[in-house]
Amino acid sequence: MVIVPPSIDLAAVGPELILTGVASLLLLVGAFFKEQSRALNPWIALTGVIFAAGCASGPLFPHSTFQGMYSADLFAQFFKLLFLLGTAMTILISIKYTVDEQIEHAEYYALLLFATVGMMLMAAASDLVTVFLGIELLSISLYVLAGYTRTRLVSNEASLKYFLLGGFATGFLLYGMALIYGCTGHTNLAKIAYAVSHGSLNTGLLTIGALLLLVGLGFKVAAAPFHQWTPDVYQGAPIPVTAFMSAGPKAAVLAVMIRMFEQSIAFMNVDWIVWIAVLAVLTMTVGNIAALVQTDAKRMLAFSSISHAGYAMVGMAAASREGSSAVLYYMLVYTFMNIGAFGILALVARQNEQRTAMRDFTGFAYKNPGLAFVMTILVFSLAGIPPMAGFMAKFYIFMSAIKAGQNFLVIAAVLNSAIGIYYYLRFAIYMYMKEEAGPSTLPPLRASLGLILALVISLYGVIRLGILPAEYLDFAGKALLSF
Amino acid sequence: MFPILSAVILIPLIGALTLLFVPKKSENLIRGITLLTAIIDFAVSLPLYCDFKEGTAAMQFAERIPWIPSWGAEYSLGLDGISLFMVLLTTFSCVVVYLATWTAVEKHVKEFNIALLVLQAAMVGVFCALDFVLFYVFWELMLIPMYLLIGIWGGQRRIYATVKFFIYTMGGSVLMLFAILVLYFQYHAATGIYTFDILKYHSFAMDKTLQFWLFLCFFIAFAIKVPIWPFHTWLPDAHVEAPTAGSVILAGILLKMGTYGFLRFSLPIFPDASVSAAWWVSAVAIIGIIFGAFMALAQDDMKKLVAYSSVSHLGFVVLGTFAFTLRGISGGIMQMINHGISTGALFLIVGILYERRHTRLIAEYGGIAKVMPKFAFIFIIVALSSMGMPLTNGFIGEVMILIGVFEANSVYAALAVVGVLLGAAYMLWLFRRVMFGDLTNEKNKTLPDLSARELTYMAPLIVMIFLLGVYPNPVIRKMDATVANLVATMEKAKVARLAHPAALAANLDMDKKRD
Repeated sequence: MVIVPPSIDLAAVGPELILTGVASLLLLVGAFFKEQSRALNPWIALTGVIFAAGCASGPLFPHSTFQGMYSADLFAQFFKLLFLLGTAMTILISIKYTVDEQIEHAEYYALLLFATVGMMLMAAASDLVTVFLGIELLSISLYVLAGYTRTRLVSNEASLKYFLLGGFATGFLLYGMALIYGCTGHTNLAKIAYAVSHGSLNTGLLTIGALLLLVGLGFKVAAAPFHQWTPDVYQGAPIPVTAFMSAGPKAAVLAVMIRMFEQSIAFMNVDWIVWIAVLAVLTMTVGNIAALVQTDAKRMLAFSSISHAGYAMVGMAAASREGSSAVLYYMLVYTFMNIGAFGILALVARQNEQRTAMRDFTGFAYKNPGLAFVMTILVFSLAGIPPMAGFMAKFYIFMSAIKAGQNFLVIAAVLNSAIGIYYYLRFAIYMYMKEEAGPSTLPPLRASLGLILALVISLYGVIRLGILPAEYLDFAGKALLSF
Repeated sequence: MFPILSAVILIPLIGALTLLFVPKKSENLIRGITLLTAIIDFAVSLPLYCDFKEGTAAMQFAERIPWIPSWGAEYSLGLDGISLFMVLLTTFSCVVVYLATWTAVEKHVKEFNIALLVLQAAMVGVFCALDFVLFYVFWELMLIPMYLLIGIWGGQRRIYATVKFFIYTMGGSVLMLFAILVLYFQYHAATGIYTFDILKYHSFAMDKTLQFWLFLCFFIAFAIKVPIWPFHTWLPDAHVEAPTAGSVILAGILLKMGTYGFLRFSLPIFPDASVSAAWWVSAVAIIGIIFGAFMALAQDDMKKLVAYSSVSHLGFVVLGTFAFTLRGISGGIMQMINHGISTGALFLIVGILYERRHTRLIAEYGGIAKVMPKFAFIFIIVALSSMGMPLTNGFIGEVMILIGVFEANSVYAALAVVGVLLGAAYMLWLFRRVMFGDLTNEKNKTLPDLSARELTYMAPLIVMIFLLGVYPNPVIRKMDATVANLVATMEKAKVARLAHPAALAANLDMDKKRD
């Protein structure tokens, strides 16, 4: 008997291997040189991210490897670079934060890297098993990270809530996968699609399976009505972790959804476009309306990130190449602008995140004019006002949805973005237009090197992708053609 | 060829960038750089007038660079007889405004001047852009500095006013954005080409129902900007709270973007829908004219009075535009220029008083002519120009509009004349209450007359008032071909509407009844 070794192309998972290696190294360093390595940890992690990015932008692997479980195509490459960007920015804004909160452990950075590996697996997964593997790796890292500031009660609460509800959602996800496997006999996305289109299957079970999947993924991407955990978790988690969670992991789940729906569920007897459209409208509206009444900046940004997931889902509801590539572009822009905004919030919040209320931004513009200017650009970008990238991203989403004939969805989306402006403007109001009640006794705020670097990246992205978006749009467009 | 339009847009931005590197403390240097930038910009924009070829409706000084090829969006600029004067009005007003605001703003001078310059660039951009995406980018970009101008340097209720301004405008704009996208895909469906080139849409035939809905989306966006009654409620708030410079720019230029939008988008892209909507647009315009005038009569705050007079005056512009006649539309454009000059000047006049007394309440004044004779002289000229006195620019605009409207519908013209009468009433009454009578208020007895700087910036406005009033021909000549072209489009739509069986039947019915 000849045993054929499965085709395994380790080079295809190069970036994941690098990150896993660096993360393990960090754990070892943390175990043996705990004190000496404190200042070095973020830079080790950052080096790992840069090498992984170099590896990820290398040659592509046209065929899926690991027996069709893993596709290192252009689509995966786009997302891997996006995740690495998000991780790099998160590490940069974490440097000072972790020192201030005395959590500058190697484990913190190792967990960030493991979460990134999870996201990368998700983006490249072409098999339900790989999808699940990625989601679990990501989620478990995030459960721990959300509660990383152990001495803060809200942080513990966030972690526990996230874990309990997340575990529940994983159950839905797994059950959905199991039903689909039970009906089709496959876990591979392409094979599922084939089985669905070429056999007489139990469509009832398939539909339930697909819907359960949608619920599970909807939870992970924080789509209304599965968003209940988000505000508390986002508010309780350490700010850099919140920044991280709001960008990369959402993009990863959307990547999974795009790949799944493009490859398999489109063939199923599920009118998923309607479901996604309903979720999109709910998510945008709930996020925006709830954000309107927040007085806490961190919580407001949490709701804002819910509404942004809604806009991205409008692109998915377009169910077209343009729509999906608009989602890609949107998430890239969102990563650039949102992590920058959270970075500034982390600075303003001061030690122990005492000052995250909107009113703590009062007079910021006249004490830190440069930072306030950057923040203004970022929130205007979040609000979708040109010439910032947030506008181009929304424009592309709306464009693709109208092309697909989703006119009412787009009207809901444009009205939502008009509502959204109200609360984004509040940052400018507090920073520029309100006077402080009395002379402040607090020490002046100074931006750290890490924050400045992160903001430079953020500004570059927000302006470059807003004014000269052509090349990045092409990249997002081509990524969609790769599967 | 020298890219003159890009230069006019970029010069203020370069000025703003320069200001970033000027230390905060040297306030006069900051103001100086701002003024110098505006003067250079104005000087650079002057050749636009001289080199503008008459007798053609084509876009001139055109620039075109591919921007987002996969969408068919281009960096495309150009001027025709309509936008030419809007650009000149912008560069001209900005010089006046920057000089006028020299002492008015004392806190955060640097930020203030940067905001003004960015605003100037965006405004010129709006009038030059010939690509939908580019237009929309400038259109929205303009909101940010204006939002900050009102919100930071405004009066007591500035935050309320500025948020209201922003949300109103944005609400309209997003509908326009939606309509632009629908239009874009309609064009692609019909021709197989993806393009955002505005001019390509000028000759694009569409289904009538679709035209109506898209027209409505654009209409709301522009109606909020103009503002047309009943979308005007943000305007008095914004004007009252804005600093003088903000008010002048708002009244002088920003409001024109709405009426410019009608001329550039609504009429040429949706001629059929425009023709069939003309009756109700004219109706709301007339309501606006009369309502604005009555509201102006009732105000006790000078700025609010001028703000409501804007609602009334811009009603005339809209009425003239939707008459679809040569005189109506040229009159509308004339009136846009006039309103920019006269109402801008009125806000400056209110600003001059406000800087001295820090109140805008009419009751606080009275008998000012005795202490400020030079000021009184300038005020009366501006007031007369605003109410449309012969020899001043206001007269030319209003008469052209009224003749143009009369040609189309005599009832509308008759109703609009009421607005002219009321206009004279509120302006003269304002003048009497502020300038004549006894000097009862102690605080007013020592008011200094106009300074040399104040005379310097009022002088060009006064010159323009008389120049356009006595000899408007150089302006009208330049816009003639463009307007004629637009009128021809509208005539075609009117004929098409009449040829429509249902309309024809209705017309026959009307004729029978008359017999």
